[in-house]
Amino acid sequence: MNESADISGKKPFIGAAMLRREDRRLLLGQGQYVGDLELPRMAHAVFVRSPVAHARIRSVDLTRAIAAPRVVYALSGIELARLLPTIPDHQVSLPGKWRSAVKHQILNPQQALLAGDKVRHVGEAFAVVIAESRYAAEDAAALVEADFEVLPAVVDPERALKAGSPIVHDQFKTNLIAELSAGKGDCEKALRTAPRRLQRRFYHHRYAALPIECRGVVSEYDARTQSITIWSSTQVVHWVRREVAATLGMPEARVRCIAPDVGGGFGIKGHVYPEDLLVPFLARKIGRPVKWIEDRHEHLMCSCHSRDQIHDVAVGFDDDGRILAFHDRFLTDIGAFNPIGSGVMYNTIAHLAGPYRIDNFFAEAKVVTTNKVPNAPYRGAGRPEAALATERTMDLIASTLGMEPAEVRRRNMIRADEMPYNVGIVYRDGEPIVYDSGDYPAALEKALGAVGGLDAFRQRQAAARGQGRYLGIGLGCYTEGTGAGPFEGARVRIEPSGKIYVAGGSCPQGQGMETIFSQIMADTWQVDPDDIVITLADTSAIPIGFGTVASRSTVTLSAAIHHASERLREKAFAIAANMMECGIQDLELRHGKVGVIGVPNMEVTLGAVARAAAPGWDHRRPVGVEAGLEETYYWEPPTVTWSYAVHAVIVDVDIGTGAVKLDRYAVAHDCGVVINPMLVEGQIIGGTVQGVGGGLLEGFVYDSEGQLLTGSLMDYLAPTASDVPDIALVHLQSPTSLNPLGVKGLGEGGAIAPPVAIANAVCDALAAFGAELNSTPVLPEQVVRIAHQGVLRSSGVVS
Amino acid sequence: MSELVSVALTVNGTRRQARCEPRKLLADFLREDLGLTGTHVGCEHGVCGACTIHFNGEAVRSCIMLAVQADGADLQTIEGLAENGTFHPLQQAFHENHGLQCGFCTPGMLMVALEFLRLNPQPTEPEIREAISAVLCRCTGYRDIVRSIAAAAKIMNKNNREATA
Repeated sequence: MNESADISGKKPFIGAAMLRREDRRLLLGQGQYVGDLELPRMAHAVFVRSPVAHARIRSVDLTRAIAAPRVVYALSGIELARLLPTIPDHQVSLPGKWRSAVKHQILNPQQALLAGDKVRHVGEAFAVVIAESRYAAEDAAALVEADFEVLPAVVDPERALKAGSPIVHDQFKTNLIAELSAGKGDCEKALRTAPRRLQRRFYHHRYAALPIECRGVVSEYDARTQSITIWSSTQVVHWVRREVAATLGMPEARVRCIAPDVGGGFGIKGHVYPEDLLVPFLARKIGRPVKWIEDRHEHLMCSCHSRDQIHDVAVGFDDDGRILAFHDRFLTDIGAFNPIGSGVMYNTIAHLAGPYRIDNFFAEAKVVTTNKVPNAPYRGAGRPEAALATERTMDLIASTLGMEPAEVRRRNMIRADEMPYNVGIVYRDGEPIVYDSGDYPAALEKALGAVGGLDAFRQRQAAARGQGRYLGIGLGCYTEGTGAGPFEGARVRIEPSGKIYVAGGSCPQGQGMETIFSQIMADTWQVDPDDIVITLADTSAIPIGFGTVASRSTVTLSAAIHHASERLREKAFAIAANMMECGIQDLELRHGKVGVIGVPNMEVTLGAVARAAAPGWDHRRPVGVEAGLEETYYWEPPTVTWSYAVHAVIVDVDIGTGAVKLDRYAVAHDCGVVINPMLVEGQIIGGTVQGVGGGLLEGFVYDSEGQLLTGSLMDYLAPTASDVPDIALVHLQSPTSLNPLGVKGLGEGGAIAPPVAIANAVCDALAAFGAELNSTPVLPEQVVRIAHQGVLRSSGVVS
Repeated sequence: MSELVSVALTVNGTRRQARCEPRKLLADFLREDLGLTGTHVGCEHGVCGACTIHFNGEAVRSCIMLAVQADGADLQTIEGLAENGTFHPLQQAFHENHGLQCGFCTPGMLMVALEFLRLNPQPTEPEIREAISAVLCRCTGYRDIVRSIAAAAKIMNKNNREATA
């Protein structure tokens, strides 16, 4: 058993591998996901989605669909435009400090809830049918007739920028919808004067989060109170509430959004989708609950994809391998819309320098619309792309100079004694990027050690070559800003029963937050975790919340809980002091009670304090202390705290079949203070395996007309248990001073480095052929081509 | 829409009967007509394995079978694994070894593992990995699922030895 904490106060729960509170219901089949909800008189919505990438909608005929058996209602985007104005700008707002520090120009194409003028990607919905069952709705959806004027599709993002290209959003007269840049030093000059220079193109391909539960929305309108409830498989309930209120013209107080059990998110459920707004609109319109559950085919062609960046890097360095200048112009294929604006692109810019000392730096992002599924954050969110550019560059410097790739990294890494280290550009929150703590070179050595050591590997590699086998080692190092603002909220209340209730704005999808926050609360209040009652992902539990994206929840909600609890403890002590007629300074928390220090029997239970705090006759509050025992606190982090890791992988490449076998894999990581090591390992291994999928298996492929060729799980390959090796983990702990518990985020980290670590390892294995794999994923056909045709430099956009 | 047909079967030891369209998928029938929502639907084309149940003792994907095919059959779903609220050793092992995160693939994973351990009570790690390749998990990276199944095998073998001793 993993239970290692107790409530005697000797062993804290923070740091213990406490088993999960969430498990029981999920293991018994009693979890409740959106798809499991059944409401009286509920009707079922099915969307009619575009079969072509780009077309003007001339007309949509719903006559046959509406006449079909058991159909309740049908609506086209053309009609919807008359019933409901286009949704307001729902992108994450940019902080003023960022806007003044970063050169930027952003156009924001807004997506109609149902396409009315044009369809802009295969899978974009242009009509919806509601029926008594999903089967009947699907039958009727097939009867919707649309007259499309098919337009040439914009598929290649570079061609999209050339004169004469078709335009995705006519009003902009260009497909270039955003440009951002940031830098430090004099990059151009440093590049010109560097003893050595290297230029390469890197392409990080398009893939996606692929939670096993697709998205889904259920909504019910209550005419009596004119209020609406939305159950959505989302990571951001408060954002959904805000958008629904704005779209439907309702007070936020009359809109409630709940995310019940959510079957994985990984970022793909981290923003508001048209269906989140349209399903509540339809529920109000027809006066019945409406349910929409996305099927897997829809998921692959309308839930957001991610990555898809082309980087043109120029690096200047000296004969010792020290980087003098790093210059990167990159282009993001954002698809038909840009749901969260500059986020992913600026994330890439902010993470390009990684763990390295780079005095002259420049990065510029161009964001291009095409007729593909919109591109939005997925675990890593711009960082895997940055890691590909930077970490392939490190290996190319090494091969140019005939050095070990690890040695080039050692020479450029920021040392522990240089912390805190100011990188010289600002983060997404507009604050200067300052790496707050860590030991990057130590992580590098530990990761190498965990795969058996570099020298031992080189001997093994040489011996294997003698037997005709191709082994290679690859590294992927990164830094990651975590726990991003602007805020998170916590509400803490002590009940008359003595139970302590906590509500937060975070929204879990399997991370084990009910466990993590009960551990934190148990230590904060010196009670048993079972005495903690937790509500997350429900807007009725706390008025303002941000949600679970960007490796932020443990960091931001733990701090909000800490501060709310501090205030509440002061109040509880004031009342307890009044009850026991002693001084506040003499009090301590002890196993669910407030006691007088040094006097074992002089104590009152927290429940008694709550009863004494209640409004009414015979309360026992001192004069001036308000009734109730509840505090709400919104914590605004000063800026992000920096996690980091080094991934090391050894591959065994079969040049006959092209198969890349992962022989050993190790991750040395640092997420500051660990709340629950069992859950930390689960997050890192889960993230790493997603990255392995991106490095070797997963990818969206479009043809030249914008048809998605990977629309099922038979074409889109996710890793299975047989595809992944055991992963060795090495934990480093550098607490941060930026939040009360010293924690750093780690949800995304694992997924950042695997694609580039694998690419580097395969290049190392095939060094004899002069191979350069500068694009992801690494595919068997590329390996075979390298082995049979000699030098290959992959960087082309696969489309 | 066609005429409704009657489907009578045994689920988790209980006789159940309901009327549905002949085209109704078994997974939908279990979830919607019998209210057994523990069986999850992840892809509806027989790849992800989340909907796996036991059909006359054999693991099958209920999203690519019709309810009418189950007429007269004996089914077991996730809801039938625990006895009176006490975890089956496999469930207990998943709990103790962090064999689940979001829980969406978990019912399918458990039903696949249950059949696998019956056929192969003392599996090696590669054998476990191959067996559960029938179910996609996106959260765990599989390590802790593999450990859970290995741990369950030990407990179940010990229980079997004690039962036969």
